[in-house]
Amino acid sequence: MSGVPLKIQLVGFYTIVRKEVSRVARIWVQTIVPPAITMSLYFVIFGNLIGRRIGDMGGFDYMQFMAPGLIMMSVITSSYGNVVSSFFGAKFQGYLQEMLVSPLSGWVIILGHVMGGVVRGLAVGAIVTVVTLFFTDVDVKHPLIAFAVLILTAMVFSMAGMINAIFAKKFDDIAIIPAFILAPLTYLGGVFYTTSLLPDFWAGLSKFNPILYMVNGFRYGIIGVSDISIGSAFAVILIFLVLFALTCYYLIHRGIGLRD
Amino acid sequence: MCGMKALAINSLTKTYPNGIQALRGIDLEVEEGDFFALLGPNGAGKTTTIGIITSLVNKTHGDIRVFGHSLDNDIYAAKACIGVVPQEINMNLYESCYDIVMNQAGYYGIPRSQAAAHTEAMLRQLQLWDRRDDQARGLSGGMKRRLMIARALVHSPKLLILDEPTAGVDIEIRRSMWGFLKEINEQGTTIILTTHYLEEAETLCRNIAIIDDGKIVENDRMSAILRKLHQEVFVLNLENTVDAAPVLAGFKVRLVSESELEVQVGKGQSINDLFSLLNERNIIVSSLRNKTNRLEELFIRLTQRKDVSTDGSDH
Repeated sequence: MSGVPLKIQLVGFYTIVRKEVSRVARIWVQTIVPPAITMSLYFVIFGNLIGRRIGDMGGFDYMQFMAPGLIMMSVITSSYGNVVSSFFGAKFQGYLQEMLVSPLSGWVIILGHVMGGVVRGLAVGAIVTVVTLFFTDVDVKHPLIAFAVLILTAMVFSMAGMINAIFAKKFDDIAIIPAFILAPLTYLGGVFYTTSLLPDFWAGLSKFNPILYMVNGFRYGIIGVSDISIGSAFAVILIFLVLFALTCYYLIHRGIGLRD
Repeated sequence: MCGMKALAINSLTKTYPNGIQALRGIDLEVEEGDFFALLGPNGAGKTTTIGIITSLVNKTHGDIRVFGHSLDNDIYAAKACIGVVPQEINMNLYESCYDIVMNQAGYYGIPRSQAAAHTEAMLRQLQLWDRRDDQARGLSGGMKRRLMIARALVHSPKLLILDEPTAGVDIEIRRSMWGFLKEINEQGTTIILTTHYLEEAETLCRNIAIIDDGKIVENDRMSAILRKLHQEVFVLNLENTVDAAPVLAGFKVRLVSESELEVQVGKGQSINDLFSLLNERNIIVSSLRNKTNRLEELFIRLTQRKDVSTDGSDH
């Protein structure tokens, strides 16, 4: 059994990434602008108006506490949304076949789309960060940790979006998971509060929410405080990264949801 | 390494999860350089066969080799040899024609600098270069078909598979596509064609397989298959008029109108003999045509269908 020559894989990878980034840029009004507006509203309403009455949280001004969570939330929804819509669109209209008939390996197809999701996630994250600076100061404590958590989280949710797209049969199917699973997990993932405010039972239950580890990992990188140890945060992110990567590969390799 | 057989299929079966048995043991060989027709009525198994060859459909059992590369253990090399034009329009209609072809080149590992030249050549050959910056959704049906051919050929495949490439294309464009396909076949590309236009298969293809109900019911050279026909019906247009069908020894003649006759010419009979007999009776023929497409007649006989529909889906 012979594999795909490395040159073909690299050119194929570059082609998919280029195509995905072009797509994000072509429809920037849909892909980049809405999260920036939504997050601005969060800052105005929760940070500026309500946040003043809340006071400190975790030893920080509420706006500063909330900012890393909002950035992470926008990265999660953008990276997930990019891959799920792009991959399902390609599947639905049939042009995913362009890749499936080609000699590209499953890993290249996965990584190319994941990179597209990461680029959109980072672009949106960067814009939300700029928006943040209009409302509060951001003094990044551990930039490498913050960046690593951001990238890895964007990869995890890009792959999650791909899995959703593979199983989806109609457009409703790509809206259900973000609405009924992703959004609740994100809102309950410590974006707006520290779990130390919760009763023990709910604080313990929150530990089963993977987004809690991502939000807190990123918050540790930005302001240096977290409900979760940074080691645990990285461990959970990496476990989901490997789990989702293997799932994506298995589904594409076996053609589940894509062939027949 | 690529062998002599462009395609070798052994004992291929396919049963879909819903229990439909689309293929019941297909054996097929296509020589390198051939122009091969795979014909069959709707639901016969043509598209399933093509889907399995191009790895878009999982087979149930069987072995497929493309230029000697097995789809089971050398699938990437096999895929690199194939270009496919599917039955359905399957492109991102919001991308430009240029990007669609360029991206496909990239999926086959052609660097952008080389891909640009290939893309230009293909779009020019298929008369789409002037529309290169237009989104695909703005193209006519025939142009979209040509764009899919350009996309399939951009990596210079050794085996081009066309699944009803001229469906819905007007006669002028269809004939120009025939010319183009003949040209690339003469340059060495092996072509497998499925079509409902049997005239297309008869005009273009040297070898043919007819598939029906998941089985190959005929597989031979086109000329050999057409020789199997026992008779043909010719329609003769006459310069003069006749009151009744003339009695011509050995030929069955029917009067269609006072200036038109239908004559059955059996296997082994000569049209020269027919004209001699007509001459003896001072009946002058101004023109003649074959009443039925010869291949169509054979196709209907083999597949036991009353009509050759051009609509509906295929398995």
